Amino acid sequence: MEFREKQAIYLQIAEYVCEQILLKQWPLEAKILSIRDLAVMMQVNPNTVQRAYDFLQQREIITNKRGVGYFVEGDAMARVIAFRKEQFLENELPVFLRSMYLLDIPVEEIEMRYKKFIDETFKEKKHED
Amino acid sequence: MIQFNNLSFGYSPKKLLYKNLTLEIQSGSIYGLLGKNGAGKSTLLKNMVGTLFPVEGSVMVNGMVPKTRKPSFLQTIYYIAEDVYVPALTIKQYKNLFAPFYPLFDSDNFYRYLTELEVSVDGKLNKLSFGQQKKFVIAFALACNTRVLLMDEPTNGLDIPSKSQFRKLIASVMNEDRIIFISTHQIRDLENMIDNVIIVDDGKLLLHASVADIADKVCFKTVSEIPAGVKVLYSEKMLRGTAVVMENIDGDDSGLNLEQLFNGVTENPAMAKQIFSTN
Repeated sequence: MEFREKQAIYLQIAEYVCEQILLKQWPLEAKILSIRDLAVMMQVNPNTVQRAYDFLQQREIITNKRGVGYFVEGDAMARVIAFRKEQFLENELPVFLRSMYLLDIPVEEIEMRYKKFIDETFKEKKHED
Repeated sequence: MIQFNNLSFGYSPKKLLYKNLTLEIQSGSIYGLLGKNGAGKSTLLKNMVGTLFPVEGSVMVNGMVPKTRKPSFLQTIYYIAEDVYVPALTIKQYKNLFAPFYPLFDSDNFYRYLTELEVSVDGKLNKLSFGQQKKFVIAFALACNTRVLLMDEPTNGLDIPSKSQFRKLIASVMNEDRIIFISTHQIRDLENMIDNVIIVDDGKLLLHASVADIADKVCFKTVSEIPAGVKVLYSEKMLRGTAVVMENIDGDDSGLNLEQLFNGVTENPAMAKQIFSTN
């Protein structure tokens, strides 16, 4: 078993942006923080934020309007979810599965806990939607 | 751009510290210079600013020769030494005396930086604590808007909130015309700020690579068994297994651990050279 100590910073920033979009903190089609402002907020090199924004542009999650700034793409949501899913399956799930195996936790127990968790955490919110 | 062309330097002519150092530093980047005590980090900075001269070879800073110390050169570079010195002056007196040497000095930003770093002084600067003096000098240096900013251990003496303010300030002043060159042992303070790493040891340049390049060539992992058949630059027992820095054969995109990279490169310079010279 091996796992990555941590993700490349530019990917962490890309995930942060996606998280903001998923949480609707950064609405679709809205202007997002400039490279410099996000770099200052995150205390990272602006070149690293540039790399994260380039990456998100390639994935058509954000778009650069020259001289105006960066915006969330109108139809970004599906691609945000696809990207986050990919990251989850690649990074978080293996660690989870390893513990499951080592501690001999049956899939049924996880399933039960998963349902309970969703009930307690998201049920009310889902009804509101 | 800063160019070292076959630079040799020694404090005594018989014993050279640097021999035939060739290195090119590009604008628009924040460089981290890492090396052990006595490796020659400060010496390199002093050669760039013109307080020490090469014995052979040359240094060029944006096409100018530091050694000649022309005002046209000096107004484009600022060097913050590890141990800062401030005279018995008030902030205003200091500014009035030294700011005129820097044509791009921005007075509004100067006071803003002082506020952000929480430096407030009514009296003379030399009455301040070491940390406060250091923050004062950092604020002044940033306000000078020089194209080159050299800093020797800038986070030494800074308290915990100031370190984070310092990172924010650096992120806010960085632009594509600027070179920020930081020599430090406090790697963790600046790990996410640096986008180019230079490692020197014993007067030799062991590594000069961008962060993207490093992530491309090596990966940082925790493993239960050290893999066979790949170049492992560094390994260290940790709580969750063995942390390794190894050749990146699977095209991983892992985050950097500069401390481990530094240990690996200084312990295994030959292997580091092999790993980083492949394309």
